[in-house]
Amino acid sequence: MIVLDNVSKTFDGGASHAVRRVSLQVPARAFVAIVGDSGSGKTTLLKTINRLIEPEEGEVIIDEERVHTVAPHALRRRIGYVFQGIGLFPHMSIAENIGITPRLIGWPEAQIRARVEELLDMVALPRTYLSRLPAELSGGQRQRVGIARALAARPGIMLMDEPFGALDPITRDALGQEYRRLHDGMRLTTLMVTHDILEAVLLADRIVVMRAGAIVADGVPHDLLAGHPDPEVRTLMDMPRRQAERVRALLEERARE
Amino acid sequence: MNERLSSALRVLPDYLSQHVLLSAAALALGLAISLPLLIAARRSARVRWPVLALASLIQTVPGIALLALFYPLLLGLSSLSGRLFGLRIPALGFLPSLLALTLYSILPILRNGITAILNLDPAILQAASGVGMTDRQRLLRVELPLAAPMLMAGLRTSAVWVIGTATLATPVGQTSLGNYIFTGLQVEDWVWVLFGCGVAVALALATDQLLGLIELGIGRRRPRLAWIGLALLLLGVVAAGAVPLQARGRVGYVVGAKDFSEQYILAALMDSRIRASGYPVTERADLGSVFAFRALAANELSAYVDYTGTLWTNILHRTDMPPRAKMLADLRAQLRSRYGVKLLGPLGFENAYVLAMRRAQAARLRIRSIEDLARLAPKLRMGGDLEFFARPEWRMLEARYGLKFRSRRSYEPTFMYKALLSGQVDVISAFSSDGRIAADHLTVLKDPLHAIPPYDAVILLSPKHAEDPVLTRSLEPLIGQIPIQLMREANYMVDRPTGKRTPAQAAEWLAKAAHLAASR
Repeated sequence: MIVLDNVSKTFDGGASHAVRRVSLQVPARAFVAIVGDSGSGKTTLLKTINRLIEPEEGEVIIDEERVHTVAPHALRRRIGYVFQGIGLFPHMSIAENIGITPRLIGWPEAQIRARVEELLDMVALPRTYLSRLPAELSGGQRQRVGIARALAARPGIMLMDEPFGALDPITRDALGQEYRRLHDGMRLTTLMVTHDILEAVLLADRIVVMRAGAIVADGVPHDLLAGHPDPEVRTLMDMPRRQAERVRALLEERARE
Repeated sequence: MNERLSSALRVLPDYLSQHVLLSAAALALGLAISLPLLIAARRSARVRWPVLALASLIQTVPGIALLALFYPLLLGLSSLSGRLFGLRIPALGFLPSLLALTLYSILPILRNGITAILNLDPAILQAASGVGMTDRQRLLRVELPLAAPMLMAGLRTSAVWVIGTATLATPVGQTSLGNYIFTGLQVEDWVWVLFGCGVAVALALATDQLLGLIELGIGRRRPRLAWIGLALLLLGVVAAGAVPLQARGRVGYVVGAKDFSEQYILAALMDSRIRASGYPVTERADLGSVFAFRALAANELSAYVDYTGTLWTNILHRTDMPPRAKMLADLRAQLRSRYGVKLLGPLGFENAYVLAMRRAQAARLRIRSIEDLARLAPKLRMGGDLEFFARPEWRMLEARYGLKFRSRRSYEPTFMYKALLSGQVDVISAFSSDGRIAADHLTVLKDPLHAIPPYDAVILLSPKHAEDPVLTRSLEPLIGQIPIQLMREANYMVDRPTGKRTPAQAAEWLAKAAHLAASR
């Protein structure tokens, strides 16, 4: 269970807030998508969880432990983190990249090797890639490595910041589906920031909509799609439905011909 | 030609090994200073800015000036530590050279390192924090390895600079490949100059290539290459360190020489006489004029030859002009009481500053004395050696005769004579014992107002060796035994364009010609 209690963060000394008094509870094994326009505070909110950003007010509690009482590096070793830039270390091989967190924790080498191979299978990359450098991989393959690296030390929580944003639509869809299977199989708790509402609807169990540093909607996709009192949320949620209807209409038209 | 080359090769182990040791020490120290600065500067712009500004400022100071500036600084420190702890740090030679070159080496390493670290991809840094690295782990595992190729490029630049600049350590008393260049330039021995340049260039290129090998090893993730490069570099330094141990043995007495032929010859003469008494001698040649006396007073030299007029004006800062005997007596007393330096005695010849012209031109203009010159000076061009116009003698000449020339230019002495002969200047500051005065058919102008003090060559002994029996026994027989004609001839043997002799050969000839008794 992740609890955000009244979290606020400002980057300009209080003139404006990136996140303003946000409270959120994410139960274990949930898959929550946080959506919103750029500048809505969704990335900032995500980063307060693994202390990449420290809030001015409020606190973050994971499994009844206040995160600001844990050393940042120790905290982060327990939480998987994937982001759009991927950030693979260019001077390390794929095996070294995936094994980095276990190595920092001090796992025995043999165990690290076994774990790296297991993860490579999980993200569907061939073993021959182990000794390659990140520059030799395609964008989609690199993001698979990024996910494998985040999962290496068996975290219970995964934080994902636009993880599939830079990928082509086909890779993006496939990788999304694969990650959802990993999430279920490994009983993870996942918070995923995305600006793609369709992705959120298709992958998450629950969608949190943010605007100007605050949460304006929070619910299961089905309910939000059905309608919401806030007009902007309604417009946002209308989009995937309208797209789906258009696609269906096209398919039916074709069938009639 | 062959003789010149073989004489150059004979001293190569000494010059090269000292050059290597000095450069390696400066680079290692520079790296040891730059890396912590780099790490401190990586996060904080408040550290970064002043550090870079200071390093850039140092880089703009000419190398020779930087070396020269460290000398008085160390001299002050030396006397301070001598008074406080009874321990004098050497102010001449290795230490000032090392400090100046170290400062020089810092900028390329620092600037490249900071640029590399500031330009690291923020996504990678965020990932490093995200996977749970501490600040230190992030520095060691991500930032430094990624900055390494550029840091190595900086180190390579720095190495090439330091090896080149180390040739300038010669005038502050540190033997280096610069000895070939300074001595060669002085006695117009182009074989030596080229040889020194060539060896310095080869050393710089070899070092650059080996560092390049390390860079390649790091960049391509082939640690073996990097280790091979490092091992070869260390091997070079260790080999250089081993050379002086066997080649030099005990240092013994240190005989100094300033940077011109007569000084080389007299140093070689003193050297051979002390050696003949069975004691080891080291020569420190090409010292700057003021360095030589300071070094002697600080006991870093045992003996060297200086000139009464120079000591009178530059060391005692006197502007009055007593007669020759009185000046000698005063000098003897003052140098002893102020610096502990012993004036052993005059050699018997004078090497005064004189003004000289081409004989034909002097005759045509009817110039015989400086008084005659003063009338025509506004139409004439004056050439001086590098220090002449800054010396009190020039100020006294100017004031006493009201000299005003159309133009004045400074030359390295060899080129000054050439400038006079080729007509680029009309009058030069020459030295009365210079063999070129006779050889080049120059007219020396008379000094009827006695503006220029006498410049009797005298042997000086350091405070520590003032009463040393070996030095006294070896050098005393030289007193009063070297007439001006013989000195001129010996000087010309070294300076003449063809049939050149080495200073040691000229010294040997001089000893025979002056009928000097062998030293006991």
